[in-house]
Amino acid sequence: MLNVEDVKKWMENFDNVIQEQRAYLSDLDTPIGDGDHGNNMARGMEAVMAAITDKDFADVPSIFKTIAMSLISKVGGASGPLYGTAFMEMAKIGNGDVKELIPAALAGIEKRGKAVPGEKTMVDVWTPASALVQKDALTVEGIDQAVESTKEMVATKGRASYVGDRSVGHIDPGAMSSGYLLKALLKAEG
Amino acid sequence: MEYGVVIVSHVAEIAAGVKRLIEQVAKDVSVTTAGGLEDGGVGTDMARIMTAFEENKADKILAFYDLGSAKMNLEMAIEMSDKEVHLYDTALVESAYTAAALLQVNTKLEDVEKQLKELKVK
Repeated sequence: MLNVEDVKKWMENFDNVIQEQRAYLSDLDTPIGDGDHGNNMARGMEAVMAAITDKDFADVPSIFKTIAMSLISKVGGASGPLYGTAFMEMAKIGNGDVKELIPAALAGIEKRGKAVPGEKTMVDVWTPASALVQKDALTVEGIDQAVESTKEMVATKGRASYVGDRSVGHIDPGAMSSGYLLKALLKAEG
Repeated sequence: MEYGVVIVSHVAEIAAGVKRLIEQVAKDVSVTTAGGLEDGGVGTDMARIMTAFEENKADKILAFYDLGSAKMNLEMAIEMSDKEVHLYDTALVESAYTAAALLQVNTKLEDVEKQLKELKVK
């Protein structure tokens, strides 16, 4: 069960990875997108950290709402609404139980992006993650495997769909950043 | 007029250009835009879309956009707005122009939508 401090730790871990991997995420996005995913996420996470560091929150839903609004207003691109909706839906759960949070995040991403598994998007990471977390089996290896699985898929949703077959062989940048977010959660849970 | 038009584009100049074009055939239709990001960058921003809804003189809005993530931000803004917003997955320039021209001559929404249907591209 996550508390406010755990969520802060989760975001701190995620921010560190995003800032470190900023160039790599944008590189992943260059052949199949608009080359901006790393910069977009880095800008969004800077806003998240500014909004939550040294701030008090009454409960887990309130910190999730603040994170959601920062991501929606600062990320730009498709990732802002997608991650923002994920956190907004997690806020609606009303507690910090990851077994409920991850499926809620997935449902939010599906609602907003209207993607289904196999379309080379972040859904291809959140779907297996949601199944694994409910069996207490979410691991770094499981997450990495899901991220890697997007490599051979053909993009049919989002900006990458404009390059169609040419997207094969590239890991989806949104899948990669989703992997970072989920691994940051595992690390925060210790 | 009962209906207004909102144009959402990743680029400020595209939104402004479409507005300029459609105002030629719809001088009485309120047209507002949300183009690009606050810092002038390329992208769409829910807050700017909300502002375009609020600044529009009409309470009922027909919204048009360019690419995928503009739609996501539009849908979020629609969920938060009090106005009645109709969103179309149509070719931006052609459909905004068609809608504005028809609204200028008080065409019923139902008939406007019939014409827009043929311009669906996404």
